[in-house]
Amino acid sequence: MRTNAGKLSWVAAAALVAAFLGYMIVEVILPAGAGRAAPTAGALTLPDVVFYALAAVTLAGAGGVALSRNILYSALGLLFCLLGAGGLYVFLSADFVAVTQLLVYIGGVLVLVLFAVMLTSRITEINVSNTSFGRFGGILMFVAVAPVLLAVALLTPWAAASAPGALAPTTATIGNALLTRWLLPFELASVVLLATLVGAVVIARKEIKAD
Amino acid sequence: MISLNHFLVVGALLFTLGLVTVATRRNAVGILMGVELILNGANVNLVAFNHYVTGGVTGQVFALFVIVLATAEAAVGLAIVLSIFQTFKTIDVRHADLMRE
Repeated sequence: MRTNAGKLSWVAAAALVAAFLGYMIVEVILPAGAGRAAPTAGALTLPDVVFYALAAVTLAGAGGVALSRNILYSALGLLFCLLGAGGLYVFLSADFVAVTQLLVYIGGVLVLVLFAVMLTSRITEINVSNTSFGRFGGILMFVAVAPVLLAVALLTPWAAASAPGALAPTTATIGNALLTRWLLPFELASVVLLATLVGAVVIARKEIKAD
Repeated sequence: MISLNHFLVVGALLFTLGLVTVATRRNAVGILMGVELILNGANVNLVAFNHYVTGGVTGQVFALFVIVLATAEAAVGLAIVLSIFQTFKTIDVRHADLMRE
Protein backbone atom coordinates (compact mmCIF):
# COMPACT_ATOMS: atom_id res chain seq x y z
CA MET A 1 0.00 0.00 0.00
CA ARG A 2 2.71 2.40 0.97
CA THR A 3 4.64 4.02 -1.81
CA ASN A 4 8.35 3.60 -2.21
CA ALA A 5 9.03 7.23 -1.31
CA GLY A 6 7.06 6.80 1.90
CA LYS A 7 9.10 3.73 2.82
CA LEU A 8 12.31 5.57 2.05
CA SER A 9 11.36 8.48 4.28
CA TRP A 10 10.60 6.06 7.12
CA VAL A 11 14.02 4.44 6.67
CA ALA A 12 15.64 7.87 6.65
CA ALA A 13 13.80 8.80 9.85
CA ALA A 14 14.85 5.56 11.52
CA ALA A 15 18.46 6.12 10.51
CA LEU A 16 18.31 9.67 11.84
CA VAL A 17 16.94 8.49 15.18
CA ALA A 18 19.56 5.73 15.42
CA ALA A 19 22.34 8.21 14.70
CA PHE A 20 20.91 10.58 17.31
CA LEU A 21 20.75 7.78 19.88
CA GLY A 22 24.37 6.85 19.19
CA TYR A 23 25.38 10.48 19.61
CA MET A 24 23.46 10.71 22.89
CA ILE A 25 25.10 7.57 24.28
CA VAL A 26 28.64 8.43 23.24
CA GLU A 27 28.68 12.16 23.89
CA VAL A 28 26.28 12.65 26.79
CA ILE A 29 25.51 9.53 28.76
CA LEU A 30 28.92 7.83 28.84
CA PRO A 31 30.90 10.93 29.98
CA ALA A 32 28.31 11.69 32.65
CA GLY A 33 28.18 8.09 33.80
CA ALA A 34 31.98 7.79 34.04
CA GLY A 35 32.28 10.39 36.77
CA ARG A 36 29.73 9.09 39.17
CA ALA A 37 29.64 5.98 41.28
CA ALA A 38 26.93 3.47 40.63
CA PRO A 39 24.07 4.02 43.06
CA THR A 40 24.20 1.51 45.84
CA ALA A 41 21.15 -0.62 46.02
CA GLY A 42 19.79 -0.40 49.53
CA ALA A 43 17.27 -2.69 51.07
CA LEU A 44 13.74 -2.22 49.81
CA THR A 45 11.75 -0.43 52.48
CA LEU A 46 7.98 -0.11 52.58
CA PRO A 47 7.84 3.42 51.05
CA ASP A 48 9.99 2.20 48.16
CA VAL A 49 7.61 -0.65 47.46
CA VAL A 50 4.61 1.69 47.61
CA PHE A 51 6.28 4.12 45.22
CA TYR A 52 7.20 1.44 42.72
CA ALA A 53 3.67 0.03 42.83
CA LEU A 54 2.15 3.47 42.23
CA ALA A 55 4.61 4.27 39.45
CA ALA A 56 3.90 0.91 37.83
CA VAL A 57 0.13 1.54 37.92
CA THR A 58 0.62 5.03 36.47
CA LEU A 59 2.92 3.98 33.66
CA ALA A 60 0.92 0.84 32.85
CA GLY A 61 -2.18 3.01 32.51
CA ALA A 62 -0.33 5.47 30.31
CA GLY A 63 0.93 2.61 28.18
CA GLY A 64 -2.62 1.36 27.86
CA VAL A 65 -3.74 4.79 26.65
CA ALA A 66 -0.94 4.94 24.12
CA LEU A 67 -1.11 1.37 22.80
CA SER A 68 -4.65 0.06 23.12
CA ARG A 69 -6.55 -0.16 19.87
CA ASN A 70 -9.91 0.07 21.57
CA ILE A 71 -10.83 3.56 22.71
CA LEU A 72 -12.74 2.22 25.71
CA TYR A 73 -9.64 0.38 26.95
CA SER A 74 -7.74 3.62 26.43
CA ALA A 75 -10.21 5.37 28.73
CA LEU A 76 -9.74 2.58 31.30
CA GLY A 77 -5.97 3.02 31.06
CA LEU A 78 -6.43 6.75 31.60
CA LEU A 79 -8.39 5.95 34.77
CA PHE A 80 -5.54 3.87 36.18
CA CYS A 81 -2.98 6.45 35.11
CA LEU A 82 -4.84 9.26 36.88
CA LEU A 83 -5.38 7.12 39.99
CA GLY A 84 -1.67 6.29 40.12
CA ALA A 85 -0.73 9.93 39.69
CA GLY A 86 -3.06 10.83 42.56
CA GLY A 87 -1.30 8.23 44.69
CA LEU A 88 2.03 9.76 43.76
CA TYR A 89 0.76 13.15 44.96
CA VAL A 90 -0.14 11.58 48.31
CA PHE A 91 3.35 10.11 48.39
CA LEU A 92 4.70 13.63 47.87
CA SER A 93 2.58 14.85 50.83
CA ALA A 94 0.39 16.97 48.55
CA ASP A 95 -2.93 15.81 49.92
CA PHE A 96 -5.05 18.66 48.55
CA VAL A 97 -3.72 18.23 45.01
CA ALA A 98 -4.35 14.49 45.25
CA VAL A 99 -7.98 14.96 46.26
CA THR A 100 -8.43 17.59 43.54
CA GLN A 101 -7.00 15.12 41.06
CA LEU A 102 -9.54 12.51 42.17
CA LEU A 103 -12.51 14.89 42.11
CA VAL A 104 -11.74 16.88 38.99
CA TYR A 105 -9.92 14.42 36.76
CA ILE A 106 -11.54 11.11 37.58
CA GLY A 107 -14.93 12.50 38.59
CA GLY A 108 -15.11 15.10 35.85
CA VAL A 109 -12.76 14.75 32.91
CA LEU A 110 -12.88 10.96 32.71
CA VAL A 111 -16.67 10.88 32.80
CA LEU A 112 -16.69 13.56 30.11
CA VAL A 113 -14.31 11.49 27.97
CA LEU A 114 -16.46 8.39 28.42
CA PHE A 115 -19.55 10.33 27.40
CA ALA A 116 -17.76 11.61 24.32
CA VAL A 117 -16.73 8.05 23.43
CA MET A 118 -20.28 6.79 23.81
CA LEU A 119 -21.76 9.67 21.86
CA THR A 120 -19.37 9.70 18.96
CA SER A 121 -18.35 6.18 18.01
CA ARG A 122 -20.70 3.44 17.10
CA ILE A 123 -20.04 0.80 19.72
CA THR A 124 -20.12 -2.09 17.27
CA GLU A 125 -17.27 -0.80 15.15
CA ILE A 126 -15.38 0.79 17.98
CA ASN A 127 -12.10 -0.74 16.89
CA VAL A 128 -12.21 0.89 13.50
CA SER A 129 -12.25 4.42 14.82
CA ASN A 130 -9.16 3.94 16.93
CA THR A 131 -6.68 2.32 14.57
CA SER A 132 -3.41 3.96 15.41
CA PHE A 133 -1.42 5.00 12.42
CA GLY A 134 2.12 3.73 12.20
CA ARG A 135 2.98 1.67 15.27
CA PHE A 136 6.48 2.00 13.85
CA GLY A 137 6.30 5.78 13.84
CA GLY A 138 5.13 5.77 17.45
CA ILE A 139 8.00 3.56 18.55
CA LEU A 140 10.42 5.76 16.64
CA MET A 141 9.08 8.86 18.34
CA PHE A 142 9.26 7.24 21.78
CA VAL A 143 12.85 6.17 21.18
CA ALA A 144 13.75 9.66 20.02
CA VAL A 145 12.09 11.65 22.80
CA ALA A 146 12.40 9.51 25.93
CA PRO A 147 16.25 9.43 26.11
CA VAL A 148 16.46 13.22 25.88
CA LEU A 149 13.99 13.80 28.71
CA LEU A 150 15.48 11.04 30.87
CA ALA A 151 19.02 12.33 30.31
CA VAL A 152 17.95 15.85 31.28
CA ALA A 153 16.10 14.57 34.34
CA LEU A 154 18.85 12.29 35.59
CA LEU A 155 22.05 14.10 34.64
CA THR A 156 21.19 17.62 35.75
CA PRO A 157 22.52 18.41 39.22
CA TRP A 158 19.29 19.69 40.74
CA ALA A 159 19.55 22.13 43.62
CA ALA A 160 20.42 20.26 46.76
CA ALA A 161 17.12 19.39 48.28
CA SER A 162 16.36 20.59 51.71
CA ALA A 163 15.20 17.61 53.70
CA PRO A 164 11.52 17.15 52.85
CA GLY A 165 9.33 18.26 55.69
CA ALA A 166 7.19 15.91 57.68
CA LEU A 167 3.67 15.11 56.57
CA ALA A 168 1.38 18.03 57.35
CA PRO A 169 -2.04 19.04 56.06
CA THR A 170 -1.63 21.53 53.23
CA THR A 171 -5.22 22.63 52.66
CA ALA A 172 -5.16 25.67 54.95
CA THR A 173 -1.83 26.84 53.54
CA ILE A 174 -3.05 26.46 49.96
CA GLY A 175 -6.26 28.31 50.77
CA ASN A 176 -4.31 31.19 52.25
CA ALA A 177 -1.91 31.24 49.29
CA LEU A 178 -4.78 31.26 46.78
CA LEU A 179 -6.46 34.22 48.44
CA THR A 180 -3.35 36.29 49.05
CA ARG A 181 -0.39 35.79 46.77
CA TRP A 182 -2.21 34.02 43.91
CA LEU A 183 -5.44 36.00 44.06
CA LEU A 184 -5.26 37.38 40.51
CA PRO A 185 -4.61 33.97 38.85
CA PHE A 186 -7.34 32.51 41.03
CA GLU A 187 -9.89 35.06 39.82
CA LEU A 188 -8.70 34.71 36.24
CA ALA A 189 -9.21 30.96 36.52
CA SER A 190 -12.81 31.56 37.50
CA VAL A 191 -13.29 33.74 34.42
CA VAL A 192 -11.70 31.05 32.26
CA LEU A 193 -14.05 28.44 33.73
CA LEU A 194 -17.06 30.64 33.06
CA ALA A 195 -15.97 31.20 29.47
CA THR A 196 -15.44 27.44 29.12
CA LEU A 197 -18.89 26.71 30.48
CA VAL A 198 -20.57 29.07 28.03
CA GLY A 199 -18.29 28.16 25.12
CA ALA A 200 -18.73 24.41 25.48
CA VAL A 201 -22.50 24.72 25.51
CA VAL A 202 -22.50 27.03 22.50
CA ILE A 203 -20.20 24.74 20.51
CA ALA A 204 -21.80 21.42 21.38
CA ARG A 205 -25.49 22.26 21.10
CA LYS A 206 -27.46 21.28 18.05
CA GLU A 207 -28.48 24.26 16.02
CA ILE A 208 -32.20 24.47 15.58
CA LYS A 209 -32.72 25.93 12.18
CA ALA A 210 -35.79 28.11 11.91
CA ASP A 211 -37.29 27.43 8.53
CA MET B 1 15.19 5.77 49.39
CA ILE B 2 12.97 7.44 46.84
CA SER B 3 14.54 10.61 45.50
CA LEU B 4 13.55 13.42 43.16
CA ASN B 5 14.97 11.51 40.19
CA HIS B 6 12.44 8.70 40.55
CA PHE B 7 9.57 11.13 40.13
CA LEU B 8 11.27 12.91 37.25
CA VAL B 9 11.56 9.59 35.42
CA VAL B 10 7.86 8.90 35.92
CA GLY B 11 7.00 12.40 34.70
CA ALA B 12 9.25 12.12 31.65
CA LEU B 13 7.76 8.75 30.67
CA LEU B 14 4.22 10.06 31.11
CA PHE B 15 5.05 13.03 28.90
CA THR B 16 6.60 10.83 26.21
CA LEU B 17 3.71 8.37 26.19
CA GLY B 18 1.29 11.29 25.89
CA LEU B 19 3.28 12.71 23.00
CA VAL B 20 3.22 9.35 21.22
CA THR B 21 -0.53 9.09 21.83
CA VAL B 22 -1.15 12.52 20.35
CA ALA B 23 1.01 11.76 17.34
CA THR B 24 -0.31 8.30 16.45
CA ARG B 25 -4.04 8.55 17.15
CA ARG B 26 -6.65 9.17 14.49
CA ASN B 27 -9.48 9.31 16.99
CA ALA B 28 -9.99 12.85 18.27
CA VAL B 29 -10.98 11.63 21.76
CA GLY B 30 -7.78 9.59 21.88
CA ILE B 31 -5.78 12.69 21.05
CA LEU B 32 -7.43 14.54 23.94
CA MET B 33 -6.47 11.65 26.25
CA GLY B 34 -2.87 12.08 25.12
CA VAL B 35 -3.02 15.76 26.05
CA GLU B 36 -4.25 14.77 29.50
CA LEU B 37 -1.27 12.44 29.85
CA ILE B 38 1.13 15.23 28.91
CA LEU B 39 -0.38 17.61 31.46
CA ASN B 40 -0.23 14.90 34.14
CA GLY B 41 3.45 14.33 33.45
CA ALA B 42 4.09 18.04 33.94
CA ASN B 43 2.02 18.01 37.13
CA VAL B 44 4.00 15.14 38.62
CA ASN B 45 7.17 17.13 37.98
CA LEU B 46 5.73 20.28 39.57
CA VAL B 47 4.64 18.54 42.75
CA ALA B 48 7.88 16.57 42.99
CA PHE B 49 10.03 19.70 42.72
CA ASN B 50 7.77 21.38 45.25
CA HIS B 51 8.31 18.55 47.72
CA TYR B 52 12.02 17.92 47.26
CA VAL B 53 13.48 21.33 46.31
CA THR B 54 11.44 24.42 47.10
CA GLY B 55 9.18 23.49 49.96
CA GLY B 56 6.10 25.58 50.66
CA VAL B 57 3.04 25.21 48.46
CA THR B 58 3.97 27.24 45.34
CA GLY B 59 4.41 24.19 43.15
CA GLN B 60 1.17 22.67 44.38
CA VAL B 61 -0.75 25.87 43.60
CA PHE B 62 0.75 25.82 40.12
CA ALA B 63 -0.32 22.19 39.73
CA LEU B 64 -3.85 23.17 40.78
CA PHE B 65 -3.98 25.84 38.08
CA VAL B 66 -2.75 23.29 35.54
CA ILE B 67 -5.58 20.97 36.59
CA VAL B 68 -8.12 23.79 36.18
CA LEU B 69 -6.87 24.66 32.70
CA ALA B 70 -6.71 20.98 31.69
CA THR B 71 -10.34 20.60 32.69
CA ALA B 72 -11.34 23.65 30.67
CA GLU B 73 -9.38 22.33 27.72
CA ALA B 74 -11.03 18.93 27.94
CA ALA B 75 -14.51 20.43 28.13
CA VAL B 76 -14.04 22.69 25.11
CA GLY B 77 -12.12 20.01 23.20
CA LEU B 78 -14.82 17.40 23.69
CA ALA B 79 -17.49 19.92 22.72
CA ILE B 80 -15.59 20.56 19.50
CA VAL B 81 -15.32 16.79 18.95
CA LEU B 82 -19.09 16.42 19.34
CA SER B 83 -19.62 19.27 16.92
CA ILE B 84 -17.26 17.67 14.40
CA PHE B 85 -19.13 14.39 14.79
CA GLN B 86 -22.44 16.08 14.08
CA THR B 87 -21.01 17.70 10.95
CA PHE B 88 -18.83 14.97 9.46
CA LYS B 89 -20.40 11.84 11.07
CA THR B 90 -16.92 10.70 12.10
CA ILE B 91 -14.25 11.76 14.60
CA ASP B 92 -11.36 10.56 12.48
CA VAL B 93 -9.16 13.63 12.42
CA ARG B 94 -8.00 12.92 8.86
CA HIS B 95 -11.53 13.49 7.60
CA ALA B 96 -12.17 16.69 9.49
CA ASP B 97 -10.14 18.95 7.24
CA LEU B 98 -12.72 21.53 6.27
CA MET B 99 -13.60 24.70 8.12
CA ARG B 100 -17.12 24.62 6.66
CA GLU B 101 -19.86 22.06 6.24
